[in-house]
Amino acid sequence: MAAQKISAKPKLAVWKFSSCDGCQLSLLGCEDELLAVADRVEFAYFLEATRAQIKGPYDISLVEGSITTAEEEERIHKIRRQSKVLITIGACATAGGIQALKNFADVDEFIRTVYAHPEFIKTLQKSTAIADHVKVDMELRGCPIDKKQLLEVLGAYLIGRKPNLPDQSQCMECKLAGTVCVMVAKGQACLGPVTHAGCGNLCPSFDRGCYGCFGPKELPNTSALAARLGELGLDDKQRRDLFRTFNTAAAPFMKESLNYD
Amino acid sequence: MGKEGDRVQAAAASVAVIAASEGLDALLKLLQRGGYRTIGPKVRDGAVVLEDVSRADELPLGLIDDQQPGAYRLSQAKTPAYFDFTHGSQSWKRYLFPPKEKLWSAQKTNKGFEVQHDVDAPKYAFIGVRACELNAIAIQDKVFIEGDHVNTSYRERREKALIVALNCRRAGGTCFCASMNAGPKVERGYDLALTELTGKNGHSFLIEAGSEQGEKILAKLDARPATPADLKAAAKAVDQAAQSMGREMPKSARKILSKNLESAHWQDVAKRCLDCANCTLVCPTCFCNTTTDSTSLDGQNAERWRQWDSCFTLDFSYIHGGAIRREGSQRYRQWITHKLASWHEQFGVSGCVGCGRCITWCPVGIDITAEVRALAKGK
Ligand code: SF4
Ligand code: SF4
Ligand code: SF4
Repeated sequence: MAAQKISAKPKLAVWKFSSCDGCQLSLLGCEDELLAVADRVEFAYFLEATRAQIKGPYDISLVEGSITTAEEEERIHKIRRQSKVLITIGACATAGGIQALKNFADVDEFIRTVYAHPEFIKTLQKSTAIADHVKVDMELRGCPIDKKQLLEVLGAYLIGRKPNLPDQSQCMECKLAGTVCVMVAKGQACLGPVTHAGCGNLCPSFDRGCYGCFGPKELPNTSALAARLGELGLDDKQRRDLFRTFNTAAAPFMKESLNYD
Repeated sequence: MGKEGDRVQAAAASVAVIAASEGLDALLKLLQRGGYRTIGPKVRDGAVVLEDVSRADELPLGLIDDQQPGAYRLSQAKTPAYFDFTHGSQSWKRYLFPPKEKLWSAQKTNKGFEVQHDVDAPKYAFIGVRACELNAIAIQDKVFIEGDHVNTSYRERREKALIVALNCRRAGGTCFCASMNAGPKVERGYDLALTELTGKNGHSFLIEAGSEQGEKILAKLDARPATPADLKAAAKAVDQAAQSMGREMPKSARKILSKNLESAHWQDVAKRCLDCANCTLVCPTCFCNTTTDSTSLDGQNAERWRQWDSCFTLDFSYIHGGAIRREGSQRYRQWITHKLASWHEQFGVSGCVGCGRCITWCPVGIDITAEVRALAKGK
């Protein structure tokens, strides 16, 4: 998305699929900066913020949520066709989200157990990432995404430069911030060494191991970490559950969790 | 990194003894009055960190550390001393070569743009700099000041900094400075050096000046001359640290690495290594960094920042066409062979001072000394 010609006020659309809205709210949560954003882009479609709906094509589409229904599967293709740049935001869109836990289960049985009228429920067997269906230009990780990263991406787009979204480990954020490692100093379980940086060192700075909200980092060595977590006293179920949260369907996490099923 | 030399004892005036708490307090006050920002060890979240210290009672009196590969714990010592723990994960590099530093910013103007460049260089006084650290600082001096391309903000901070060194009385569980000729006794590069004395004669510090500035400060302290018994006790304490060092780097580490570039052992390490980069960021000599640019949303302001980077990331070796060190085995090999072998060719010294941080703070406890031994065995 680098040095392309940018129209005077780019049209921005925010789309929702299967998700909790938390990532879209991060955009509203920008508060002070939101005015600066509104100054530079036209909110062409953003139901959380405005009822106005301007027709496509759109310069930037931010896509939240995963694909869990046939209707969504169809809609994402339409959106792709109308979007110059498509950016997925949050763990649902980038990895299928927490709802991808169903990928490990018998969905029909779930539906029969949970719903009084299962016949009204139409859902796909799996919750999948947007990139499994259409080409994605960039992804913003996290559950929810980090507001600073969102502003970084928008700011970079507006000026025509590459955004800074390093694929490195959460540990690097710890060490840059001067946070004491909770795994080494307290023996706590932490997914930081295999997790993508970007949250701004949230959990370890509050004395908690990383939960992996930002999904797998580049080339994650999950089995080496899982072995260490075993030495720290985690049993198979605990290790499985650790990898099976918001990014459960991200390939490296899924593969590791299956080792402990 | 010199050989064990004789303690500077000649000038009696430059060796004295100060009372433990009062003496430290007086020293800290004196430095602060001289305009120094005094940085020293404190305990935060279960570990020793380096932060602003204004009084002796902020120091972690009576704590010692247990350091093992991948594990660090603090506990109460039998004899309450101020400095019997060794170092935590942070080193003075944090202050001389900060993790993130703004290099310049530019503001749009009617005529074009204006560039601003401010150096953040407080006058630091570092309290409790151990021998390995002094050697690490000397290595970063070579990298940042003594080469062709001077890092000017590092130089400014370094030139202003005052160093109160410390002789270790106890080695940490992962220390191996003795085998790197980098400790535990401080040899040079300090303004003042402390050795803590506890025993029948009470709690005090032997204090030695190592520079003119150190002499001046020492002259202002309420100190008594050191007796031969004090000097003996101090020498014994440092000896004890050397004796209690449980780890060792093989003497021929440089050769072992140079000869084993294609060893099958690299695959073995890669299976265990997380590529998390902790080892490089805690290492007091690792100097790699990257620059990033940021812009404000309104496009009026741009900034360039420098921040720590690591040879364990893919981006680090990214050139036209992609990253050249794609395998974990290549990245670990790059790190350890640079540290222990090619560093010699580049800077004339080893890049390792034996502080053991990379061993303790590696989440999976990979031990640089053990890996060298394994390579030597051709495993
Ligand atoms: S707390 Fe977790 S993320 Fe931080 S350095 Fe330790 S292992 Fe890495
Ligand atoms: S390589 Fe390890 S032991 Fe050597 S100086 Fe760096 S952190 Fe310390
Ligand atoms: S050696 Fe340890 S600290 Fe270094 S990158 Fe590998 S796992 Fe991380």
